[in-house]
Amino acid sequence: MQDGGLHVRGLAVARNGQPILTDLGFTLAPGRALAVTGPNGIGKSSLLRALAGLLPPAAGEVALRLGRDDDRALGERLHYLGHGNGAKAVLTAGTNLRFLRRWGGGGGLSPAEALEAVGLGACIDIPLGFLSAGQRRRVAGLLVADRPLWLLDEPATALDRDAEAMLTDLLTRHLSSGGLAVLALHAPLALPMAQLRLSPA
Amino acid sequence: MRGALWALFRREVAVARRLGGGGLTGVSFMLALVIVVPFAVGPDLNLLRRIGPAMLWIAALLATLLGLDRLFQADLEDGSLDALRLGGVPLELVVVVKCAAHWCTTGLPLLLVTPVFGLLFALDGAALAGVAASLAVGTPALTLVGAIGAALTAGFRRGGLLLAVLTVPLAIPVLIFGVAAAGAASPGAIVPFLMPFLVLCGLSLLALAGAPFAAAAALRLMGE
Repeated sequence: MQDGGLHVRGLAVARNGQPILTDLGFTLAPGRALAVTGPNGIGKSSLLRALAGLLPPAAGEVALRLGRDDDRALGERLHYLGHGNGAKAVLTAGTNLRFLRRWGGGGGLSPAEALEAVGLGACIDIPLGFLSAGQRRRVAGLLVADRPLWLLDEPATALDRDAEAMLTDLLTRHLSSGGLAVLALHAPLALPMAQLRLSPA
Repeated sequence: MRGALWALFRREVAVARRLGGGGLTGVSFMLALVIVVPFAVGPDLNLLRRIGPAMLWIAALLATLLGLDRLFQADLEDGSLDALRLGGVPLELVVVVKCAAHWCTTGLPLLLVTPVFGLLFALDGAALAGVAASLAVGTPALTLVGAIGAALTAGFRRGGLLLAVLTVPLAIPVLIFGVAAAGAASPGAIVPFLMPFLVLCGLSLLALAGAPFAAAAALRLMGE
């Protein structure tokens, strides 16, 4: 039996029959973060979607072993934040988070607390469509449902400097409580992270 | 899981209401069609009475298709679909709940206004009841069949037309038996009410059994 953490072995990802990633393997221990870097179009987003199980891998396996709650499927133990935010523009920040909390299994902060934590406490009753791109980016379900693995696809997009510091802070807290994170990044975050650089074959 | 599905249903209804679309768009569309027809075919009450049920059914079919192209497209665009797939609830159930919410915001209002709109076709009480009953059991099938088309075209910017082309052939059996049941109470009907009505119920149940799986499969492909 291997140690706990995220284990990826022999992962291959193809899109439209074209192989994008082949034979990718790594292990990420609890409390650690992995930064996936590389040029545009190299397959960072595809890798994250494959890890989330949203894109069925052509080969290989992804396993998350944490001792606790191992009976839940992988998809129920991770947060995936893609280019979209997963929230509805016509609903208020509070309504969105209340739904994401329910849908994600809960266990995290309340919507009001989560918005306070990202500096948007005053926006709870404002429809997301009226918020700026950077503010919308902060209204994600990461904090309202407690899930150990965070898969973040360029999470700092549209964030200003303060919000980026907030993100680093949230990530640090998540990691120190035994969580894991895989991030697709272009600009480095001020956080100790393992590096995975994807480069053309 | 039941709590999560109920939360999803409430969110879907809230989104439909916020968009100002849903029910009101469908009802307005139906109203426009129903008002135009008597002007087009002339004031022959017997003729109107004969074509009334069919016209109401066509209006209901088109009104249902009207808002359906955004059923999954909006979720695909804003990333909600990914979140929905990671909730631990089978995607097939997500489709069923979304269809139920869509029907409640689009099909149900159509159903409620049909008796009023039927008056424009000089339908009597029995005919109105026949149309309403057939629409009540038939429109869920339209929504479910339309959901397959909505899932297949979710990735296309202007998928509305393609959605109609894909869905209308599948909706034809529903339309045939729906109009047969609706017209059975009108003068000159050749079939009794119950036979087409039961077939219509069967079609709705068949759609409920099959469409969620087809739509979910299409949505999974869309995520790749």
